Amino acid sequence: MADYVKMWENLGMDLESHDLLCQVLPTAVGDVFMTQENRPKAMDFWDLVISEVHGIRPAELIEEQKKGRKVFGTFCVFVPDEVIIAADGIVTGLCGGSQFWVPGGEEVLPKNTCPLIKASVGARLGRTCPFFRIADVYVGETTCDGKKKAYEILGQDVPMYIMDVPQMKRPKDLVKWKEEIADFAAKVEEITGNTLSVEKLKDAIRIVNEKRKAMKRVYDARKSEILPISGRDALLMTQISFFDDPERCAKMCNRLADELEQRIRDGVSVVPAGTRRILLTGTPLAVPNWKLHNIIETSGAVVVCEEMCTGTRYFENLVDGSAETLDELYMALSERYMKNNCACFTPNPGRIEDIIRLAKEYKADGVIDCSLKFCGLYDIEKRSVAEALKAEGIPVLSLETDYEDSDAGQLRTRIEAFVEMLNES
Amino acid sequence: MRTRKIGHYGVGIDIGSTCAKTVMIDPDGKAVWRDLRPTGWSSVETARAISSDLSKGFGEEVEKHYVATGYGRVSVPFADKCITEISCHAKGAVLLFGEKNLNVIDIGGQDTKLIVVTEGVVSEFLMNDKCSAGTGRFLEVMANTLSMTPAQLCTLAGTGKETQISSLCTVFAESEVINLIGRGTAREDIAWAVVDSIVRKVRTQAGKLRLGKGPLCLTGGLCDFPYVREKLQAAFGREVLTSPDARFAGAFGAAQYALELTR
Repeated sequence: MADYVKMWENLGMDLESHDLLCQVLPTAVGDVFMTQENRPKAMDFWDLVISEVHGIRPAELIEEQKKGRKVFGTFCVFVPDEVIIAADGIVTGLCGGSQFWVPGGEEVLPKNTCPLIKASVGARLGRTCPFFRIADVYVGETTCDGKKKAYEILGQDVPMYIMDVPQMKRPKDLVKWKEEIADFAAKVEEITGNTLSVEKLKDAIRIVNEKRKAMKRVYDARKSEILPISGRDALLMTQISFFDDPERCAKMCNRLADELEQRIRDGVSVVPAGTRRILLTGTPLAVPNWKLHNIIETSGAVVVCEEMCTGTRYFENLVDGSAETLDELYMALSERYMKNNCACFTPNPGRIEDIIRLAKEYKADGVIDCSLKFCGLYDIEKRSVAEALKAEGIPVLSLETDYEDSDAGQLRTRIEAFVEMLNES
Repeated sequence: MRTRKIGHYGVGIDIGSTCAKTVMIDPDGKAVWRDLRPTGWSSVETARAISSDLSKGFGEEVEKHYVATGYGRVSVPFADKCITEISCHAKGAVLLFGEKNLNVIDIGGQDTKLIVVTEGVVSEFLMNDKCSAGTGRFLEVMANTLSMTPAQLCTLAGTGKETQISSLCTVFAESEVINLIGRGTAREDIAWAVVDSIVRKVRTQAGKLRLGKGPLCLTGGLCDFPYVREKLQAAFGREVLTSPDARFAGAFGAAQYALELTR
């Protein structure tokens, strides 16, 4: 492993605490990923990235910052990467997927806040996430009350820009989101010192569309009866894509997709025929949250699709980059981003339509709808999701969990019972 | 010299959080051995002790096939297969109640399960979350606070009058019980409130799934308490069946699965 200690020190990180985090991660990676048989070779890229997740990419970002480029830390798939890229900025995800950071978050947030928010705040305040340290600005959005309030804490010592996501999908809400994007673009120009042009924005739209197409190719391979990749590996690919350079990400996803398509032609599956196929829906799974995938895939089933922000919502729908004015391009961006069926919208029938469509496309035998504890939006939506799926004759299991391992046994019992139910019916 | 086998027998071992239940059934599905003992501190030791006792009565002449279930199912080293308590309770209930369509309410030591069985197989199920409200553990904690056994509490509750415990959390509810004791509330009234709290919690949970056509069947440790059954009937507005063997439902189901392994 390269020596990143000096870099972490320069970033003002808490090295002692960060060491503890660095000690647990390899064990988790080993248990979850390396125990799998017959993995695609192209996963070597993501294995390398995850093995030095706080080293490789942060070092690249710092090098780019030295050249004067600005890094935008984002929390949500609603933030239009295209605008940042067009102004020669860099987008990165931020940490928030481990129990390690939760106690730190609980020092300042109420206990009944979702673990994703608690972990993000804990990672920021505990100075154990290099991405939070590197980012020149954080870009938040109003997709839930917990995040809205957490941004007030996070924004205390780093510039925090917040985009106001509409909560409904009327025509005027699309216009409103377009205006939010235009305002954001002005802010991005100010931060980067670069002026946006139609040409630059069109190019950025093309770059991000290429990334989406590449990710979709990997996901499309998961629709095959011959399943060429596990859910765990696909999830890792998706999670890392939030942190990676978009062009390299597209290249690596295409490389993986090439191998997966070949595997399908060669009849190479990672699971025995008849293994029950699960579509997972619900709250996002931030790296390194692999808990549910790991339990499902060691309980006689396999995850074939994630209808979530760390899944199909990240890459479905392309932006129409054919317009010739910035205003029209902003509208095209708004139209694409507003197709996201986040539970923050009311009503939200699109999500249910997506789940049913995807369950069919990916030939899922059952759906597991899991939300993080204290995520009221997704928790409340579970009932209508379950009823719609039942009406379609698709079995569904609703679960709730957090980042702790203490409920692993209970989750395993429910998931095994669900798989037994699918096997008997 | 090989002992001549007289047939395949199915053994179901249900290692619950409080009690370990074992049933052995003969090739015709008739129970020939039942055992109930505390799970103790080691599921593995308990499983071995059960196997050793079973072998005293039934030696090499019967070919035993083992299915383990319950939260300690992975701690039965000699099991041929592990199957979850959801599937086993469903199968056991179908055998015990002779119905292919039914709804199981299993109030166990650490969790409460609601299972809808359609045409003999599980069509939907639900378990309580981490919290122990509405489970046997809740009852144990409250009985302990009132210096009674759970059985005594459930009997006494039948003579109590309406009293409320507002909190569903075991820890907070215990404080409420202590408060009631401090205020001099009659013990039977507190017992009434405890049972009422469990029944209300189970009823609320059941609202999250669509109960099927068939009868409601109570299995698990609380099936021996007629007053609990009575209160459940009132809460659900329909008949709640139980059976003297209902406590063994999971073990019966596991034993039946074990027998099916041979086919």
